[in-house]
Amino acid sequence: MPLRLIRYALSSKHHEPRMFTTHDRMKSSYDVVIIGAGGHGLAAAYYLARDHGITNVAVLERGYIGGGNTGRNTTIIRSNYLTPEGVKFYDASVNLWKDLSAEFDLNLFYSTRGHYTLAHTDSAVRTMRWRAEVNKHYGVDSELVGPDHVKKACPQIDLSCAGHAPILGALYHAPGAIARHDAVAWGYGKGADMRGVEIHQQTEVQGLDIQGGKIVGVNTSRGYISTEKVLSAVAGFTPRVTEMAGFRTPIFVHPLQAMVSEPIKPWLDPILVSGSLHIYISQTARGELVMGASLDPYELHSTRSTLDFTESLSAHMLEMFPFLSHVKVVRQWSGMADMTPDFAPIMGKTPVEGLYLDAGWGTWGFKATPISGKTMAHTVAKDEPHPLITGFSLQRFADFALTGEKGAASVGH
Amino acid sequence: MSEFVYHGEVRNEPDSETCSDSEWTDYVFNRSGIPAVKKEWWCHTPSNIWFIAERDTAKDHVLRTYLYGEGS
Ligand SMILES: Cc1cc2nc3c(=O)[nH]c(=O)nc-3n(C[C@H](O)[C@H](O)[C@H](O)COP(=O)(O)OP(=O)(O)OC[C@H]3O[C@@H](n4cnc5c(N)ncnc54)[C@H](O)[C@@H]3O)c2cc1C
Repeated sequence: MPLRLIRYALSSKHHEPRMFTTHDRMKSSYDVVIIGAGGHGLAAAYYLARDHGITNVAVLERGYIGGGNTGRNTTIIRSNYLTPEGVKFYDASVNLWKDLSAEFDLNLFYSTRGHYTLAHTDSAVRTMRWRAEVNKHYGVDSELVGPDHVKKACPQIDLSCAGHAPILGALYHAPGAIARHDAVAWGYGKGADMRGVEIHQQTEVQGLDIQGGKIVGVNTSRGYISTEKVLSAVAGFTPRVTEMAGFRTPIFVHPLQAMVSEPIKPWLDPILVSGSLHIYISQTARGELVMGASLDPYELHSTRSTLDFTESLSAHMLEMFPFLSHVKVVRQWSGMADMTPDFAPIMGKTPVEGLYLDAGWGTWGFKATPISGKTMAHTVAKDEPHPLITGFSLQRFADFALTGEKGAASVGH
Repeated sequence: MSEFVYHGEVRNEPDSETCSDSEWTDYVFNRSGIPAVKKEWWCHTPSNIWFIAERDTAKDHVLRTYLYGEGS
């Protein structure tokens, strides 16, 4: 190491500031306690402090910042959903994403690539046309395109998919993007920390103190905290928290796996998704191919990986891109996806006064990080659901008023 | 594993004539999402045999399997 560098390491004038403040102890009470330091919990903390002036907030995390699904996802960001509620909500999110790097003064590697959802059957083409019309109605850039459009954007593709599943068309969404997932959590965390929010890692919430139907405190692995407002943003752990709160939800947990290849020369600009072949793929700025498939087929509360997954995903990948046969897979992993029956999230108030839920993010919640933080901060601060999330309430199930997003969310991410 | 297909937790359907709306919506939508030993419907597809498995959904260990009506 050049000696000049050591000078900087030793000098107190040039110290590198730490990203987050480490707090030795927790206070005995906070205005708001947020469970979960994933992107969603940290974004909510950030907007509570920045937009609502509520800074006496603790974010409690059983593991480490961004160690949940935030740090495990394949980072696809898009807004070409199927329902009006979904389209408006995710479009607002994409608009927030674009400014985040500048706002945080941290490079999120937000990269607009264009997103193709490939259609291999007539019924898929019909759903794409439907989505394109809903999207355009709400001002979202989205259109049905032919196979030639796909081939032009990605000349390496075998349009016949080894003859098994010829591509008939695609839904093309120009604003589709990817971003660096960890940095999103760090950016929100740092911004919240700077404004006085306390982030406590290695601190697990183990019980909720509810009296007369109201939240009055939480029991943690490091002691009791009193508070009148608790936001649960724990993704795959949500059923455990609602169990502590004493009510049931439709959420069920299945693992979702992903894998990444060794870095190779840049060749893939757009993001490609195929529901029929159960694959999605994009290439990072470092050249790795990030690949995912559909949900594991049964309930499991674990982040184990399987060879089944790697094998079947690789087989489908080769149908589309035979030339990848020599590329090595270097890592695979899994996250616990909190699924809902209609593929829309569950956000807002709960049967317990002062307890708010930000959950049901399944396989699609990374893209929602900014807008969910913003709308949940509003909901917690005003004790009233933000207008953008009224279609996502827990109550919708009891009312048989579901927000059917399956046609746009499954496998699509 | 692909020989066996998961069909969800065994749930008792309330009597739709006598139960309340909230009991009915609870049955239709809500699930016991927490990790636990659960009784689940599985099907062995090559033989089309439906059976019940008691499985630990945190460890993915199958503790017991039996045909409907045969277990406790
Ligand atoms: C493989 C994979 C691929 C995906 N791909 C995409 C994609 O391409 N696009 C997309 O939009 N979405 C995608 N998703 C979904 C997305 O990752 C999630 O919906 C999103 O990251 C959820 O963020 P979160 O902040 O709500 O949860 P998380 O990041 O999971 O954070 C929750 C945190 O809560 C903590 N916690 C839990 N219980 C407690 C407790 N009792 N006390 C304290 N802390 C607790 C956990 O440790 C965790 O850190 C994917 C998911 C997976 C698994």
